[in-house]
Amino acid sequence: MALFEAGRQPGPPAASHRASDGVLIRIEGLRKSFGDLLVLDGVNLEVRKGETVVIMGGSGCGKSTVLRHLIGVLEPDDGKVELFDQDLSQLDEDGLSALRRRFGILFQSGALYNSMTVGENVALPLREHTNLAEDIIQIIVKIKLELVGLRDFESLMPAQLSGGMRKRVGLARAIALDPEIVFYDEPTTGLDPIVAGVIDKLINDLKISLGITSLVVTHDMESAFRIADRMVMLYEGRVVASGTPEEIKKTSNPLVRQFVQGEPDGPIPLRLSKVDYEADLLSFKPLK
Amino acid sequence: MTSVLAAVGNWFFSLLRYLGGLSYLFCDGLWWIGAGPLLGKGRIRREETFHQMTRISIRSFGIVSLVIFFVGMILAFQMAYVLKTLGVVGYVADIIGVAMVREMGPLLVGMVMTGYAGAAIAAEIGTMVVSEEVIALESSALNPIRFLVVPRVLAAMIMMPMVTMVAIYVGIFGGFVVAVWILDLDRIEYLRRTVEALTHTDLISGLIKAEIFGVLIACIACFEGLSVTGGAEGVGRATTNAVVRSIIAIIVSDLVFTAIFYYFL
Repeated sequence: MALFEAGRQPGPPAASHRASDGVLIRIEGLRKSFGDLLVLDGVNLEVRKGETVVIMGGSGCGKSTVLRHLIGVLEPDDGKVELFDQDLSQLDEDGLSALRRRFGILFQSGALYNSMTVGENVALPLREHTNLAEDIIQIIVKIKLELVGLRDFESLMPAQLSGGMRKRVGLARAIALDPEIVFYDEPTTGLDPIVAGVIDKLINDLKISLGITSLVVTHDMESAFRIADRMVMLYEGRVVASGTPEEIKKTSNPLVRQFVQGEPDGPIPLRLSKVDYEADLLSFKPLK
Repeated sequence: MTSVLAAVGNWFFSLLRYLGGLSYLFCDGLWWIGAGPLLGKGRIRREETFHQMTRISIRSFGIVSLVIFFVGMILAFQMAYVLKTLGVVGYVADIIGVAMVREMGPLLVGMVMTGYAGAAIAAEIGTMVVSEEVIALESSALNPIRFLVVPRVLAAMIMMPMVTMVAIYVGIFGGFVVAVWILDLDRIEYLRRTVEALTHTDLISGLIKAEIFGVLIACIACFEGLSVTGGAEGVGRATTNAVVRSIIAIIVSDLVFTAIFYYFL
């Protein structure tokens, strides 16, 4: 049973186990502060080849900050972030650039380049990072757009697309270079249930058909249970639970139970908690 | 007293930080223009550069011409007011020619471009930052300096002297209109005096200034855009900062280069 209780995090794996353990993503003791605000307080995480791991947690718990460390746009205050057994902090600009060609990322908003058409968005990584002929690039663009069900939308501008379509184009762009890892930042947030289901199916299809390793940051629990091989919960900058979806569902950990079941009252304090609200109202003292 | 010193110190260090960041962006941009393509690190985006050149030149040509034409006319009236008391109204041609080429042309084009192109660049890049497009570029191993800054700086470096050249002609024509049709100066004499008053040095100094203003406008606008934090409000702040700081930078650099040209050219 991989699940563990709040406050107890798995330590980094022993060095001798590392050489060929199939781990593509490894985070050890990651700490990050912004000014006085401690966002990550010693996060440990491993993702193996072909796995889909979901990082869940409430808003502001540090999920996206973990993701930004993994794509190399933030540097840890302490700890280590490794992709493909390479420590990101030890890489120079060229090394980081080479590494970034091996993963794709789907941003929360899709982050499409608004001055380019859908087709140009998907073609951009191919044009910039490969020497492929233009007609080959056009074929790959069509294949990638077909994978996300948007082959006929190649000539549209991002502004003409719905939120769900933008995310699907973002996904097509993320997999344009056939990456080994795809990171997803809130892939289903703000989408209706049908489109969210389509995105989840795409994530699962990519894992099955292309063997892609996925790390998904989300607080959409329905989606998380549909796609995850393993789930990790972040709370106050630390990993407080980790396990398979079944283990997470059955856990007795009150933090996880409250989050998964969406309960307002529990160990995770919420502004709208009934208890807090009552206490706040009853503490009112009229002016004399 | 201590708080005043602390405030001055803070302001000074903020200024140094800002200038450092701006210099870094400029040097990084130069590297991507020169060494980057030669070393095979990434090509210059020619299509985007042409697009930005169009934006900076053709689309702004109307407003630049309008402004500088009227300034040429105003200058002619103002000079005539003084010169006629001395009985040398004909010097209007000399003064307008030299003023337009050495100072008014590059300065006014710089000012108009600050509002026209600088604000647009800052807002555009700032919006890209807010909508995660810039971080998407970075995570796709596409350097934002090469991708966004280089086409804009290069376009400004190429087009500012050209727009200034055209603006100088339009400004001189504005003065010509007032001199010939209102002050009753002879048109051939006006043109002869203008040509005789001007030297190659005047033209070179004016075009060097235009080049510097162009680089300043593009770099400051890109820097402000890339520094955006905090959503739509941040984009608004960056746009305002780009305009205000570009104007200050243009005026300060104008003074510095005018002094240098005065002593060395």
